[in-house]
Amino acid sequence: MDASELWPVIRLTMELAVVTTVALLLIGTPIAWWLARSKAPWKEAVAAIAALPLVLPPTVLGFYLLILLGPDGPGGWVAGIFGARSLAFTFEGLVIGSIIYSMPFVVQPIRNAFESVGDRPLEVAATLRASPWDAFWTVAVPLARPGYVTGAVLGFAHTVGEFGVVLMIGGSIPEETRVLSIAIFELVETLRWAEAHLLAGGLLVFSFVVVATMMAVEKRMGRSGS
Amino acid sequence: MTADPHRIQATFAGALGSFSLDIAFEAPMRGITALFGASGCGKSTTLRCIAGLQRLSGRLVVGGETWQDDGAGVFLGTHKRPIGVVFQDASLFTHLSVHKNLLYGARRAERSGAPPTIRSDDVIQLLGIGHLLDRAPAALSGGERQRVAVGRALLSQPRLLLMDEPLSSLDQMAKDEILPYFEALHEQLSIPILYVSHDITEVARLADRMIILSSGRKLAEGPVRDLLERLDLQPETGRFEAGVILTARVTGHDEKFSVTHLDHYGQAISMPARDLATGTEVRLRIRARDVSLATRRPESISVRNVLSGTIMEIAEDPETAYAETLIDIGGGRLRARITRQSVADLRLAPGLPVYALVKSIAFDRETLSVAATTLPGNLSVTRRD
Repeated sequence: MDASELWPVIRLTMELAVVTTVALLLIGTPIAWWLARSKAPWKEAVAAIAALPLVLPPTVLGFYLLILLGPDGPGGWVAGIFGARSLAFTFEGLVIGSIIYSMPFVVQPIRNAFESVGDRPLEVAATLRASPWDAFWTVAVPLARPGYVTGAVLGFAHTVGEFGVVLMIGGSIPEETRVLSIAIFELVETLRWAEAHLLAGGLLVFSFVVVATMMAVEKRMGRSGS
Repeated sequence: MTADPHRIQATFAGALGSFSLDIAFEAPMRGITALFGASGCGKSTTLRCIAGLQRLSGRLVVGGETWQDDGAGVFLGTHKRPIGVVFQDASLFTHLSVHKNLLYGARRAERSGAPPTIRSDDVIQLLGIGHLLDRAPAALSGGERQRVAVGRALLSQPRLLLMDEPLSSLDQMAKDEILPYFEALHEQLSIPILYVSHDITEVARLADRMIILSSGRKLAEGPVRDLLERLDLQPETGRFEAGVILTARVTGHDEKFSVTHLDHYGQAISMPARDLATGTEVRLRIRARDVSLATRRPESISVRNVLSGTIMEIAEDPETAYAETLIDIGGGRLRARITRQSVADLRLAPGLPVYALVKSIAFDRETLSVAATTLPGNLSVTRRD
């Protein structure tokens, strides 16, 4: 792997992180809403399942995902529809794994934000003739914006940095599953410190810029909005 | 009960935890009707049931439209009821400017085809919030926030305005600031208002009728004036704040002594000067504890208001030193809270002519309000004795 091979790695990582974050915001919103609003007694059990990736060793999670995505699991069955043998060691498989792995980092902040919004603004919206669906989009989501910003930043950063799960279900196939953290690991293994420095340093700067920009944007929006 | 297009007819019954509500009442589709009682009496729950925010079994017909009828399986969701609600805390949307808060309900009312009878320019002017439109809710004072909340509710074109203790989170200064706006609403809008409050001063100043609740049950209902004159309702209407409402007309001002003169059915009343045009009709709330009685017209006394009348009723409370009395002063009635010893010493009894003494200083800002022009007609329509 020489320097020209680094760009595909960076591009692939960004693609994975963006797709995963967008998917998590879409999937995470109804889950967070349900966890924040439901009075079902078993909702904390669901919350625990969604939070499991926080404490589960990535290799354990990766192992189960490998079985699920492999030819004999449901992932293999889905892959069969498209004429493939398995979802393991594919980009799609990585997206699925990342979504599950980063889920708590997105769901938890959004859930907290929905909980802190409370009942009152939604009641007010209802008295002003807004249907529940209308009130959700025009009141609950805008008021929960800090939770969305935090969730998006954490989900994105966490996906960029994941290693154990990717190693288990993705391997290191160029332009398919070789992401930054895997590439850095391989570069260090083969004692190519210069390229490792380039990638690691770049990631450091990128992470800082993303977080700093998000915080600045949020601060400005917060000042004009409330 | 048959659906009456001029009335609100409500029946609710049910339990919420250890609290149970069982209430039936009617209110006219005009004027301010207060739901009054101590905290925990069920007045806010009743209001939430009317708004559809809470569901107890019952029936609710507003101006001929059925909003809830368990027998017929009807229950309109809150967003389908043409109501405006003003909560205790203004609950403005913090992510929207004042202007966008005002438009939130207005736009949805327009889309739903509600007739635009309340114009935004009028509301903004009536509530004096024109200079606040571009501000964020966080940059408003408590009183300003509550005025915007009222405006927002009105612009959703409600057929019924519900107010749940709208002043109780405000300090006295903010209350004094906002009350004149509420009075203006009462005078200039034809929308009926259900007003929840535990403060008899507020109710006496604003409401035409009231429903007194206690422990989830209705204790009494009727014109505020009549209920305030009832000595048997004292535990609810308050010992310290008990009093009556008199209407009087401004007859003139005395610049030299800063006094305003009023006429109450031929009897003169004077009070610290208020900026009111001659001829204006005002409501005066006179607390029982501010009234003394004499059997002969006193002379050489600093009290300016000496009203002649006849004792109608005396209620002695054997547990305390006090007795409540009701005095007919021609046009209206006064309540006086005096000691039982005075009753005995002066040999007070129903039918005895007396002079009621009220210090001018008893008429503070809170006790006077400009009577709504609709008031007399309103009362004659709704009085059900």
